[in-house]
Amino acid sequence: MASIAETSLQVAPRRRRNPVLQFLARLFREKPLGAVCAVIFVLFLFCGIFADVLAPYGYNKIAPLNRLKPPSWAFPFGTDNLGRDMLSRCLYGAQLSVIIGFCAAGIATFISIVLGIVSGYIGGKFDLVLQRFVDAWMSFPDLIILIVVVSVVGPGMPQIIVTLGLLLGIAGSRIVRSAVVSVRENMYVHAAQSTGASTFRILWRHILPNVMAPIIVLFTTRVGTVILAESGLSFLGLGVPPPAPTWGGLLSGSGRTFMLQGPWLALAPGLCLTIVVYSTNMFGDALRDLLDPRMRGSR
Amino acid sequence: MQAYLVRRILALIPTLFFASVIVFVTVRLIPGNIIDLMLSQNDIGASSKISRDQLEKVLGLDQPMWLQYGRWVGAILFHGDFGNSLWQSTPVGEFLFARLPITFELGFMALIVALSIAIPIGVYSAVRQDSGGDYIARSFSILMLAVPSFWIGTMVMVFPSIWWGWSPPMQFVSFSVDPLKNLSQMVTPAIILGFGLSALTMRLTRTMMLEVLRQDYIRTAWAKGLGERLVVARHALRNALIPVVTLIGLQAPLLIGGAVIMEQIFVIPGMGLLLLDAVSQRDYPIITGVFLIVGVAVMFINLIVDLSYGLLDPKVRYR
Repeated sequence: MASIAETSLQVAPRRRRNPVLQFLARLFREKPLGAVCAVIFVLFLFCGIFADVLAPYGYNKIAPLNRLKPPSWAFPFGTDNLGRDMLSRCLYGAQLSVIIGFCAAGIATFISIVLGIVSGYIGGKFDLVLQRFVDAWMSFPDLIILIVVVSVVGPGMPQIIVTLGLLLGIAGSRIVRSAVVSVRENMYVHAAQSTGASTFRILWRHILPNVMAPIIVLFTTRVGTVILAESGLSFLGLGVPPPAPTWGGLLSGSGRTFMLQGPWLALAPGLCLTIVVYSTNMFGDALRDLLDPRMRGSR
Repeated sequence: MQAYLVRRILALIPTLFFASVIVFVTVRLIPGNIIDLMLSQNDIGASSKISRDQLEKVLGLDQPMWLQYGRWVGAILFHGDFGNSLWQSTPVGEFLFARLPITFELGFMALIVALSIAIPIGVYSAVRQDSGGDYIARSFSILMLAVPSFWIGTMVMVFPSIWWGWSPPMQFVSFSVDPLKNLSQMVTPAIILGFGLSALTMRLTRTMMLEVLRQDYIRTAWAKGLGERLVVARHALRNALIPVVTLIGLQAPLLIGGAVIMEQIFVIPGMGLLLLDAVSQRDYPIITGVFLIVGVAVMFINLIVDLSYGLLDPKVRYR
């Protein structure tokens, strides 16, 4: 009998599954479209990180003999008016988008967390005044603020990253704040307060872990927003200056002048943008549905 | 209603104050002095022999910050004076009031396009939930959120011209001179902008309709034997549209931001083009003026939306 009991114990051991793998399995099972978009998102990251290896040519390798060649095996996305390979330029564009997207979304999320948690937890007059400031800030269209700031500090990657981070960070603090307000009244927060825990400890150990779900979702959707905003700015000629091949920049400037002769110049960068932003949004939506059911259906 | 009105208008004052501070600080306090930029990028010093001190004095930058702010706000509030353009010495206010209606016209047309796409499709999507049509409508709306309007604008400029030799009219004619010609120029950018904006409105209309359609009074309406059209249009839609009205206010910044890009592509001389021209010439009084006016315009749009919300929803009125 003893041996049977031992065998059954061996047959059904308690396996501790990796929570990340478990989450991925849920993503693929419950949100197949979100999962496909997650794969595209990872692919985009991969292209961005390894653009130097993946790109068949340099992003600024001028070859006058190959100017305005339509898409072919040698140049899958065609070439531009200076004979530069559009595939390579789009890949390097992905690299810029990854850098700007992740850095600005990171800064934005950090600012949202700090402002949202402090404003939501402290509440009172401080919250009231800060929220009026956020109201005022949100009345300005993102693009207008970006244009004005760039007009003052000049175009360039660091400026754009910081401005976009600040811009979206302040706007996003609303979302973190509303999550904090709903967490603040929980029993465990009151318990921590009554045991004399410091405000910082309460914020760090009790509030922050419980608002992580909307924060992760916020970060993901912000990556898409940043990429779109940066491309809009580059399209207007105020983004990262040429010859850096940003996707928005590829659709304007000298590229635009030659689009009637080479319509493929208008297709590739726009498609890249659309696919990446679409995937980021869908992936963010799927994450939100899985992580934070309260926010389902909202944006 | 009166108390609501007063409360809402009072809440606008601190927001307006912060907005003016944001505009002031963004343009004046950012590292990298405006004067340096103006002198280095435009060769003002060389061409018109203006020295650094003179330029500072013209811009009023030699005074303490709070005084500069006070003068700037005071001039706008009491005299409607936004300063003069650095290059054309015309009052900035004149530019703003000439250009603002054009951007408003584009925005208003885009809004009409957005609503006339979003509301019928959103309602259809909710009434026929989980049908093929619903699925297509939802996928389309999510896709529209991702497609950059400037890409569609660029393609509209390129492909019809290659295929059919047609390109959108580019010579701007004011509405008061030739309304038909004006509308024919505005309609393409308005449709592009409207499509982009319709996505969120469509999603919200669908969500709200689904919620309302599950209410008891809708069941009562069905039980009375009313037809589908009457139940949906009179009982459900009227209630579902209230939050949609709020969304219009929230989308006002997106609308104006989008208009900037459309104005650039289709060469429409609105606020966006004014701002971009001013940026390329580093004409700071114009930049500041556009920045402020756009923010204030969005705030007033939101005020109007909130007040209409009070009219539409008795619950808001009496709170």
